[in-house]
Amino acid sequence: MKTSQIYTKAQLTWLVILRVFIGWHFAYEGLVKILSPKWTSLPYLLDSQGPAASFFIKLTQDAAMMDMVNMMNKWCLLLIGLALIAGCLSRIASVGGIMLLIMYTLSHPSFVGTTYLMPFEGSYLWIDKNLVECAALAVLCTFPTSHVIGLDRYLKKIVPESFCKYKLI
Amino acid sequence: MATEDKDTNQAPDSGQPESKGRRDAIKALATVPVLGALAYGVYKKQKEVTRGRDISDVFQVSKDEAKYLEPKPGGELIRIGIIGFGIRGKQLLRAAGFAEPSWIDTMMEAAKTNKNDTRYQQYKEQDNLNIEITAVCDIFDVYGNDAILAGSNVNREGLNGTFGKAPKRYRHYKELLAANDVDAVIIAAPDHWHSTMAMDAAKAGKHVYVEKPLSWTVPETYMVRQVIKETGVVFQLGHQGRQTDCYQKAEEIIGKGLLGDVNLIEVCTNRNSPNGAWVYDIIEGSNPTTIDWKQFEGDPERIKEYMDYMTKYGLERYVGPDERSKFSLERFFRWRCWWDYSTGLSGDLLTHEYDAVNQIMHVGIPHSATSSGGVYFFKDGRTVPDVLQTTFEFPDKDMTMLYSATLASSRGRGKVFMGHDASMEVSNILQITVDKNSTRYADKIGQGIIHTDAPFYNYVPGQDSSDSVTSPTELYFAQRGLLYTYVNGKRYDTTHLHIREWLECIRQKKTPSCNIDQAFEEAMTAHMGTRAFLEGRTMYWDKDKEEIVRGEIV
Repeated sequence: MKTSQIYTKAQLTWLVILRVFIGWHFAYEGLVKILSPKWTSLPYLLDSQGPAASFFIKLTQDAAMMDMVNMMNKWCLLLIGLALIAGCLSRIASVGGIMLLIMYTLSHPSFVGTTYLMPFEGSYLWIDKNLVECAALAVLCTFPTSHVIGLDRYLKKIVPESFCKYKLI
Repeated sequence: MATEDKDTNQAPDSGQPESKGRRDAIKALATVPVLGALAYGVYKKQKEVTRGRDISDVFQVSKDEAKYLEPKPGGELIRIGIIGFGIRGKQLLRAAGFAEPSWIDTMMEAAKTNKNDTRYQQYKEQDNLNIEITAVCDIFDVYGNDAILAGSNVNREGLNGTFGKAPKRYRHYKELLAANDVDAVIIAAPDHWHSTMAMDAAKAGKHVYVEKPLSWTVPETYMVRQVIKETGVVFQLGHQGRQTDCYQKAEEIIGKGLLGDVNLIEVCTNRNSPNGAWVYDIIEGSNPTTIDWKQFEGDPERIKEYMDYMTKYGLERYVGPDERSKFSLERFFRWRCWWDYSTGLSGDLLTHEYDAVNQIMHVGIPHSATSSGGVYFFKDGRTVPDVLQTTFEFPDKDMTMLYSATLASSRGRGKVFMGHDASMEVSNILQITVDKNSTRYADKIGQGIIHTDAPFYNYVPGQDSSDSVTSPTELYFAQRGLLYTYVNGKRYDTTHLHIREWLECIRQKKTPSCNIDQAFEEAMTAHMGTRAFLEGRTMYWDKDKEEIVRGEIV
């Protein structure tokens, strides 16, 4: 991927809008959980289905592990969201977001025959909104914009060359 | 990719002219205002949520957790004898910490094949009650030997485990009661023996934990109350529901008037299996030589009281049909199906429901009882009905309690307290739904703060109770009991807590929650329901004479 990617104004605009929207969604999902003291991912994890269900259910059996899972989930959501909005380390944020969404998908896959206690707000077969958002984040990784519109524009200048070569920004 | 606007959307080069610095800054920070918008939006939303959920002026429930009598450190060892080691006897001894090794093996196997099955782990973690099983008694040899093995299973291990000292097995309960190394007894014999054994145990100076119901005949109910009071032994009736977390919360909610006037309570029993309908397995090895049938028949004095009542009111059709002296494996293992030994749905299951209501609302013995029902599904020769409805009236409380039971449908109908302002459904969780015509909550309903089409308050044990409206997600899971099952890792068995309370009362010289007065009320209420069914007419309670009477009391 070349960092000197050139976009039309329309392309740049919509890519940035996509980044900010996904960022907003992540940040608010994180904030809601942080602001709700009773929130826990426990019932969601208990409701896991599919081949990875036993892994997620096992997480719930250990109180310390649950605390960590909850903490990681809500703060990662918020930080990823803020990073995407501000365009700061946005490639790392995108990859982090993809990982979270893959975890959600593994826990709640939209397979034929899976039923969940908590109903989805839509109808899905194999592809659900998590996977769509996951693909959108992959698009943002492939067509980065934060070096044009975003704090990464400055960050690139500050961080050492050796760091930049990992293309984390 | 197009090449136009090359200069404007490319990353800045280090050697850019000074005039571009400002434009760079704008581009770098272009999306930062979005963060401000997010912060403002969240602030507005939170404010709305808090305002919309404030119902504290009309609905406040304390955050108190359920209280249990905690064991004091250094309490003395109590030596226990168990009488009756059938299905319930096994459960009770297990709850006291002495499981049969074969049961442990089954649980270990279940945990191996299903990693989510934590019953074995939970059992191993159950508190040690500091008791020793020194004596066991069962009139069936197989059960007697099972009891010895369970009583010696001090390490809670399987059949390959190491066992402690074996308790002595007695063939007659009176021999067990005469033993010097027994401080207290757990009685899990059939209903027709409960009071007799409890009285004999108390007279022998043993503390008593007896399974519900308290009594089989009405006359013995007075006697057992008197004996327990005179001897001063610590007595607990086996309604483990007393230890249910939600019942304490329900008592607070009704006490605070949050439901308004409660005029109707509906309770039920719903089962739909042969086992639930008392058609228990006939155990291998049972025959006239391994079962002491004479002892099973019952105490002659009790039998006389039973027969006197049945003949006096022309109820002979409910007696038998087999001769009492005739050996029968069906009657031995499935004794609940015949009035000759049983107290029917009233004694076996209504009592749990009534005792819960009595604990929550302190209703006492009802003014009247009317019953109906019949043997409608299990036409297997039983005399005890499998469908029963009983209506209890409490005019001094302006209230009716309706009990409805079937052993041939598992449709749940809840334990529902219906008030003018709200109704409350109590099980392992507690839910309150506001009535659409409520007076107390009328303003909040009008303002759209309280919705009446779904429960607005849920109490889930182990979770922080909250005065605010529960979120839809929490509600969804709470209704399905998921939160309860796993919250805070450790989940207590109510029977374990009930036995623990009894033992602690012995040590701390206190009175258990289901004491003899509560037990008397339970038994009389059940007898009123049973007699109303058998005689086909309403039974009344004469409060002053403490008697069940027929004909209206003014």
